[in-house]
Amino acid sequence: MPDPKYWAQLKIDPETKILIREGIPTILNPLDKHALEAALQIKEKTDAEICLVSMAPSSAVMVLREALAMGADRAFLFSDRSFSGSDTLATARVLSAGIRQIGHFDAIFCGDFSLDGSTAQVPSQVAELLNIASVCHVESIKWSEEDNFIWVTQKIEHGDVTLRATPPILLAVTKEINRPRHISFLEIIEADEKEIRILDNSGLGLEPKTIGISGSPTQMADLILHKGQREGRIITGSLTEIVQQLTERLTQSGIL
Amino acid sequence: MDFKFSERENLLRKTVREYAESEIGHRIHKMEETGEFPMDLMETMSRIGITGVISPQEYGGVGLGFMARTIVLEELGRVYAAIPMAIQVHHMACAALNDFGNEEQKQKYIPPLAQGKTMGCVAVTDPSGGSDVVGMQTRAEQKGDKWILNGRKCFITNSHTSDYWIVIAKTAEGAKGLSAFIVEKDFQGAKVGRKENKFGLRGANTGELVFNDCEIPRENLLGQEGGGLAVAMKTVSDAGRTGMAATALGILTSVLEEAAKFASERKLYGKPISKLQAISFYLAEIYAELDICRLLCYRASWMRDQNMRSDTENAMAKWYTCDAAFRCAKKAVEIHGSYGIMREYKVQRLLRDAMVTIPAGGTAEVAKIVMGRAALAPYELQR
Repeated sequence: MPDPKYWAQLKIDPETKILIREGIPTILNPLDKHALEAALQIKEKTDAEICLVSMAPSSAVMVLREALAMGADRAFLFSDRSFSGSDTLATARVLSAGIRQIGHFDAIFCGDFSLDGSTAQVPSQVAELLNIASVCHVESIKWSEEDNFIWVTQKIEHGDVTLRATPPILLAVTKEINRPRHISFLEIIEADEKEIRILDNSGLGLEPKTIGISGSPTQMADLILHKGQREGRIITGSLTEIVQQLTERLTQSGIL
Repeated sequence: MDFKFSERENLLRKTVREYAESEIGHRIHKMEETGEFPMDLMETMSRIGITGVISPQEYGGVGLGFMARTIVLEELGRVYAAIPMAIQVHHMACAALNDFGNEEQKQKYIPPLAQGKTMGCVAVTDPSGGSDVVGMQTRAEQKGDKWILNGRKCFITNSHTSDYWIVIAKTAEGAKGLSAFIVEKDFQGAKVGRKENKFGLRGANTGELVFNDCEIPRENLLGQEGGGLAVAMKTVSDAGRTGMAATALGILTSVLEEAAKFASERKLYGKPISKLQAISFYLAEIYAELDICRLLCYRASWMRDQNMRSDTENAMAKWYTCDAAFRCAKKAVEIHGSYGIMREYKVQRLLRDAMVTIPAGGTAEVAKIVMGRAALAPYELQR
């Protein structure tokens, strides 16, 4: 995803309504880092192989290299100009087609949502297209190798739910699940040797009308940068009145 | 000429930046208050590879070289310069052992240092002065199979946090009368002395090492007897000056960030002060200085990695970058107005830290002597 530090420079093409990403550095979506950490913790206890998948411009190789340095084994980058302008559904089609092509898997780990789009739709869509179960808002994962059950804690509005599942499954994680590790320099050196395969649509074989803008039922209409502004207000009256007014305002704002 | 960093170097920078911001940033206040270097940082820094960045892999390091080290120190310094100050001196000890140690010494001393199990320091400066190396008072005499060391070293970074000290002492008269020794802090007759209370780089420990008939095994002579000046000069030039320069480069990076951020947020006459030409000129100067310093520091590190002699370039990078960090920090404080002198604002710390980098690791004047010699060399040859 585009680096949030450069969001003020983001523009969309007035005609195609596609985000112009040239010159904007790409970063690993923060929640995906938590997802990778969750997968790495399972890899440490099993003989699992971790394969990264991403749909992004070719500049994302650097991001994949970083994730490989964290400990993933290999990576696939699905990159094609025809993917440009894909909404969540078209993105999910590309990712699921790519995953299917890689072959057998037990679990797909991903962030609950991306920091830029924040729709939280892609994980469920990918699972649906692959016809597997999915759990979102995952706060903890325990993999029992003996019976091959996965115990998952999911955050819901007023508490947690513990679920038991069997692979294959998609797990979309929250930031509470773990604290991603720092990469070591030796791992950076080792990551140079790990494979990153770049596949375009000729490798995935998706119908052109199912990807990019033509395959997207939703399209970006405009991009407006939110500017936060402070509003100063002086509350007058006796101490009791001031406290009362202040608590009322804070309650109305949802702070209290 | 290729001015681009490799993918690996960019990832290295990103890794250290994230580490420094998440693991060091929130501890600065305490380090400033106590003046203590938190030793537990050594564990996390070693896990990443910071402590062993220049040490060869066969001795437990990462072996990424001096350019990588400069990037590491710069990124640490961007967050809190006291940390790279301590680490660059630690690297100096690693470099001295790797450049001058015999196989046994390398196998014994480099792995614990590279893996951050302990810290190292290099002690050259006597109370009689650091620039006049040959005039030092600390002496070592050979008695049987031991060297007996007497004297005192001062202004030593990592004095109280190190287990292994590379100490330069007089074993005879003249420039060829200096020798280098590996001293373990637990050796009989070795102890730490006064702990200094600096106004900048407070999180890096500085103090004295004291030797009273300190017994050093004969095999702990580092390099040749009488080769101490070469150990001191090469270590101070290659690892010390480049390390100090990279630390100051980190300060300078932070100076630009703080100055530009404040100038964009602070409003006067209904607009951000960055729109005032006087302020934008200040920012332009800081911006250019940062770029000049980057080029000087990276060139010196690159030359070291190519095994090219770089004494002049190291001296130039050290002198110019430390001086520029101070000049620019002063400008950043001025941009902040009265806020700039308040403890809550980072720029005052940057100014204090930058000031400390100037005499550390060899004064500006000594660096200028090295550069002056290089400037005159072609003309002196013609005479």
